[in-house]
Formats: sequence, C-alpha cells, structure tokens
Amino acid sequence: MAAAIVEARGLHKHFGALHVLKGVDLDVAERELVFVIGPSGSGKSTLLRCLNRLEEPSAGSIMVDGINLLDPRTDINHARQRIGMVFQSFNLYPHMTALGNVTLALRKVAGKSRGEADAIGRQALERVGLGDRAGHTPGQLSGGQQQRVAIARSIALEPRVMLFDEPTSALDPELVGSVLGVMRDLRDSGMTMVVVSHEMGFARNAADRVLFMDEGVVVEQGPPAAIFENPSHDRTRAFISQIQRH
Amino acid sequence: MSKWEKFLDTFFNARVMEKYLPDILSGVLVTIELAVLIVISGLVAGLALALVRSLGLRPLNWLIIFVVDLFRSLPPLVIIVLMYFGLPAADVSPSGFVSTWISLALVLMSFSEEIFWAGITSIPKGQWEAARSTGLSFGQTLINVILPQALRLTIPPLTNRTIAITKGTALGTVVAVTEILGQASSAVSNSYNPSPLMMGAAAYIVLFLPVVVIGRWIETKFAWKR
Ligand SMILES: Nc1ncnc2c1ncn2[C@@H]1O[C@H](COP(=O)(O)OP(=O)(O)OP(=O)(O)O)[C@@H](O)[C@H]1O
Ligand SMILES: [Mg+2]
Repeated sequence: MAAAIVEARGLHKHFGALHVLKGVDLDVAERELVFVIGPSGSGKSTLLRCLNRLEEPSAGSIMVDGINLLDPRTDINHARQRIGMVFQSFNLYPHMTALGNVTLALRKVAGKSRGEADAIGRQALERVGLGDRAGHTPGQLSGGQQQRVAIARSIALEPRVMLFDEPTSALDPELVGSVLGVMRDLRDSGMTMVVVSHEMGFARNAADRVLFMDEGVVVEQGPPAAIFENPSHDRTRAFISQIQRH
Repeated sequence: MSKWEKFLDTFFNARVMEKYLPDILSGVLVTIELAVLIVISGLVAGLALALVRSLGLRPLNWLIIFVVDLFRSLPPLVIIVLMYFGLPAADVSPSGFVSTWISLALVLMSFSEEIFWAGITSIPKGQWEAARSTGLSFGQTLINVILPQALRLTIPPLTNRTIAITKGTALGTVVAVTEILGQASSAVSNSYNPSPLMMGAAAYIVLFLPVVVIGRWIETKFAWKR
C-alpha cells in the first residue's frame, strides 16, 4: 500500500454537550479517493473540517503528509496549503475575478510574484475548463463554473490532498456533470481525495473506497461494489436503499 | 419703505453682509478644518476599534461596547461642554476647538465602529473558511477578503452618519469656537441685524450640499452587486 497522506486516529468532536465524532479513524493512501456517505447530521462535514483544522478536534491525532496537524508548534497556515478544500456553497470571493480568487493565496501565502501567480492561476483555470473566464467575477459565472473556480483555487496551491464537502449539492442538476468531470480528471491525474457527496454514480465509478458514517462513527467501509451491493450492516443497507429510492 | 424692502434690509442687508463677509469666510475655514479633523480621526479610530473587536477577546470587546454605547447615547453637546468646562477641573484645559474636535470624533468613532462591525459580521462565515483553508492568516483574510466586502456595505450608512456628525461642528459655537455659526452670531450681536445668519446658513449649504450630493453618488456607485 502506498504511503498514507492522511492518518487520523481516534477523532472526537464535541459541540458543547453534543458528541458529534465518537472516535473516528481515517487513513487515506496516496492517490486514493475515499468517498464518505451517511445520513444528515452523522458528522461527515465535521470530520472533513477537522482534517484541515477548520474545526478543532476535542481528542485524537491527525497526520497529513507527515505533518502533525494538532501539534501547537505546527504552522497551520503553511500546512493548510497542502490540504485543499471545496465547499458546498463555493465560497468564492465576490469582489475578485476568477483569476483573483485563484491567485490570492499564491501571492499572500506561497509568496509568488503577481506574474508567477497569474501564470499558475491561468493554468489552474485551464485545467477546470475555464481559461476563458479568468476576468469574470463570481456573479457573472454559473454555479457549476463557480465551483470549478473554487476547485482551481485549491489545486493552484498543489495540495497533497483535497477535501470535497458536498461539492455538487448546491448545483442545478444540469451543472453537476461539469463539476464531477473536473473531479474525475483530478482523480485520474493522481490527486488524493476525500469526498463527501450523495453522487452515488460518481462513487461507483471513481471511488477506491466508500466509507459509511452514522452518529459519529464509521459503521463500515470497503470497495464501492461491496458497500452498495452487499453491505454488512443493517444501517448501511437502510441508508443505501433509502437514497437509491430518490 | 415697503414691507418687502424692509424684509430685504433686515435679512439681506448688503452693507452688513459686506462688512462681515471676511468673518464668515474665516468661520468657513475653521469649520472645514474641524470637519476634516473629525472625519479622519473619527473614522480611523472607529475602524481600528472594529478591527480590534474582530479579534474576539471578550473583556476587550466588553470595554469597546461600553465606550461605544456611552458616546452613542450622550448628546454631542453634552460631551463638548463636559470636556470644555469639566476637564479643567482635572488640570487639562482643552480649547473650544480641541473640545469640539475630540468630542465629535469620539461620537463618529462610536457610530462608525458599530457600522464597520456590522459590515464585518455580515460577511458569511464561508468567506473566512475558504480563505483560511488556503492558508491565509486571520489578518490576511480580514484585509484581503473580509474588509473589501464589508467596507462596500458600510459606505451608505457611514456617509449619512458622517455628514450628520460633521454638521455638529456648529455646536462648537457654545464653547467659543469661531466657526461659521460662531462668527455669524457675533456679527449679529455687533450689527443688530440678522443678515450674517443668512450668510452663515448659505455658507453651510455651500459647504455641505456638495458633500450630501457626493454621498448620494457614492451610495449608488457602491450599491452591492453580487
Ligand atoms: N459549529 C457547530 N456548533 C454546534 N453544532 C454543530 C456545529 N457544526 C455541526 N454541528 C452539529 O454536529 C452534527 C454533525 O454535523 P455535520 O455537519 O458534521 O453533519 P453532516 O454529516 O455533514 O450532515 P449533512 O449531511 O446534513 O451535511 C449535527 O448535529 C450538527 O448540528
Ligand atoms: Mg455536511
């Protein structure tokens, strides 16, 4: 097995009295695509957000690309460049162009000159099929295009792993394909990815492993075919038959 | 003398107006000086307080909220008078000019802090998260992502508030500041004729109407487009 990019052990997260993650372990190997499913409120987003410390775990350990993420001595801003994150609501900066969105961190965090950053940024926009939209602001782009700019914003930093939190859930159905297409290309180029999503078709085609979460624990995991066709837990079966009815 | 001539002679007396024009003009200069000082120091201090408040340090934030609410609830004239007549008891004797400047700057600071703060908090959390997830620090996110959006939202209310408070420079007349109203009223008592007051009113209009018009223009120009 290839080297692990993400190694999370015994993750717990409390929000006040609410115990949201109850001892989650997650290993993600290099070039692996792990697909996370589970009912609403099961802790999928919280798990993902712990992996770049947008959420502070209450207990446990996280190594990403050999960096101990929870060590107080770790420069978290430096580490976060290696962990791309794509949000359900895109979260593009509305006051900047697509290129401005993609180059901000390149200039401010990676220390590139404007010229270098622009060159890298244009390349990233090309990769998501939006080379001709560099000068557009988010307001002038469709949802699918906005999400692809958000992906470009992450890949421009050359992350070692990318986290996707329901990247297509806010999109009109006809725009979902373009975003999944970009994710597919990314996967084929060898990007390590953790994807929370309801796109079961994409999971079947692109995921190496599917992980089912419920009530803050990983109930079971395995290859997509095994989880979808032959789950070993009733909870998994119930969840899968429920989403397949929709 | 007809009624009309009498009216003109009383309120628009050419001889009186000519005589006191230089006084009014020097009052205009003082008003401009005061206004510029108040706007710059008030807005800078207000923004600074809002930025400090965004750090989220509880005791400091309580202090900021207390100070800001205090200066928002006191009538500006009361602050000016307290400063001018009250501070000397503590061995500090600010001039009328300084008392008016500091008082109105504190009031503008307080109102603008609330406006800046409202702007900063109205930016969706996702903007912070997106920026932080790419490795931007808190400060870099605030400056490059949050403030540019927040400031756009604050411009209309800020413009209105700034104009309203700046007009309060006329209150300085109570503590012997020789701004427009001060010059006009002493000219009235010296000439036994109210014409200088009409000149003063005209001077305020000449001074503030363009500001109001520019404010209106800024409001439409920066109306939020997504
Ligand atoms: N910042 C927070 N403060 C308090 N409770 C929170 C916070 N974030 C999440 N929660 C709670 O934690 C639980 C898990 O939330 P989470 O967003 O991780 O679920 P999810 O599996 O992503 O659900 P969904 O499919 O609806 O996105 C929920 O009950 C949620 O209300
Ligand atoms: Mg979620």
